[in-house]
Amino acid sequence: MTTRVPVAEGVFTWPSDQPRLIGSERDGVISFPAEPGAPQRLLGTRGTLWSFTNQQFRPPSPPYDGNDTAETFVPYALGYVELPGELLVQARLTEPDPAKLRIGQPMELVVVPYTVRDDGTEVLTYAFAPADDTTGDGSND
Amino acid sequence: MGSHEVSNPDAIVGWLGLTGIPVRGVFNGCATGGTSLQMAAQAIRHGEADVAMAIGMDKHPRGAFAADPSAVGLPSWYGQTGMFLTTHFFGTKATRYLHDHGISVDSLARIAAKNLRNGSITPHAWRRKPMTPEQILASPVVNHPLTQYMYCSPDEGAAAVVLCRADLASRFTSAPVYLRSSVLRSRRSGAFEMQSPSLPLHRAPSPTVDASVAAFEEAGLGPDEIRVAQLQDTDAGSELIHMAENGFCKDGEQEQWIADGATEITGRLPVNTDGGLIANGEPIGASGLRQVYETVLQLRGRAGERQVPGNPKTGYTHLYGAPGASTVSIFSR
Repeated sequence: MTTRVPVAEGVFTWPSDQPRLIGSERDGVISFPAEPGAPQRLLGTRGTLWSFTNQQFRPPSPPYDGNDTAETFVPYALGYVELPGELLVQARLTEPDPAKLRIGQPMELVVVPYTVRDDGTEVLTYAFAPADDTTGDGSND
Repeated sequence: MGSHEVSNPDAIVGWLGLTGIPVRGVFNGCATGGTSLQMAAQAIRHGEADVAMAIGMDKHPRGAFAADPSAVGLPSWYGQTGMFLTTHFFGTKATRYLHDHGISVDSLARIAAKNLRNGSITPHAWRRKPMTPEQILASPVVNHPLTQYMYCSPDEGAAAVVLCRADLASRFTSAPVYLRSSVLRSRRSGAFEMQSPSLPLHRAPSPTVDASVAAFEEAGLGPDEIRVAQLQDTDAGSELIHMAENGFCKDGEQEQWIADGATEITGRLPVNTDGGLIANGEPIGASGLRQVYETVLQLRGRAGERQVPGNPKTGYTHLYGAPGASTVSIFSR
């Protein structure tokens, strides 16, 4: 069985069938990631795409720790998703092709592996998937 | 004295002479050059000195600016998962801006082509090979919608600006250029800024807007009185957006401006006459002072093949950088 671990504790609820991003709220200001010492607040899982771009080259490593190389790197998209009444969250997007993304489209939170360690452990991060063509939480592929 | 790669720039300029005068190192992201200029001007304004020099220098390796996110107070996972980069901010901002204001990607390519063409007639530029908009559009995408030649690159370079009290200028030159204003502003809550894992729902103007408004007010000039401008063009989208953020046109008017050639050397507001960052790269300590050098050459009528016609008397320089800082300086002769 593949071992899966979150990239860090305290970013999203895990393990969970319906993971949520862990933000915080203090004096009416909502933050993500959670502000140290502030009361935590789980964020909504659905929103709309505010803007996006893609990452066509392997990010400098470190700090990027994907187990790929400049040759095997698979481009991904990222952007900001507007969570109604909360904030804009920056995230990877599961759809890598900018031509298939549009501002305002519904998106929902998923948790996905972004790299595999030498011992086979999959490392998980959060991402947003187009809400129209996604079922489940995306972590059971 | 501004630099990113040199941790103590004072230590390596000893050959300028060791005189005991105050020397300050400054780093303020991509706004470093404008910040050192502003500090030199303040030293004169406050009576600390009659003459002051702003120096900038950097020598960035390929892939510069890779760092641990903890250096800027962000969690390690932000870097591990490939989100701690500055470049994708520009793609994200451009995607939204083009969408909101009905601007085509062709305008981005034309801006990059204009800057490379201006660089081709600037002897000290770094990229001197002109490219067509079609070639620029066909180059590899870096961060949608921006392609390789729509971006500047880190490189190396140095520049310096000597300032003195205005009433002393005639001692040193017969063609003084006056610094009418020099303003630094940082981001407000709600500004769309890089290195932000999240942002509040409310939007605030960019620090560029705040710096520009204050600089125009202090100079007693308006955008329609500026005859040559150097605007931060980290990428072609930045130049396009900065045309509006600095008050030269309304959001969305850029499409027509670019189509008309309004920002060409022969246009009504020449922008980045030496090719800007796209042709000169961005040694971040020096870049803003290069803008001043170009502006001074233009106002003195000494810019050679790239001289703006019509004897320009006013110039404008603008920087913008992480994590949300902007400087604007206005010059006249």
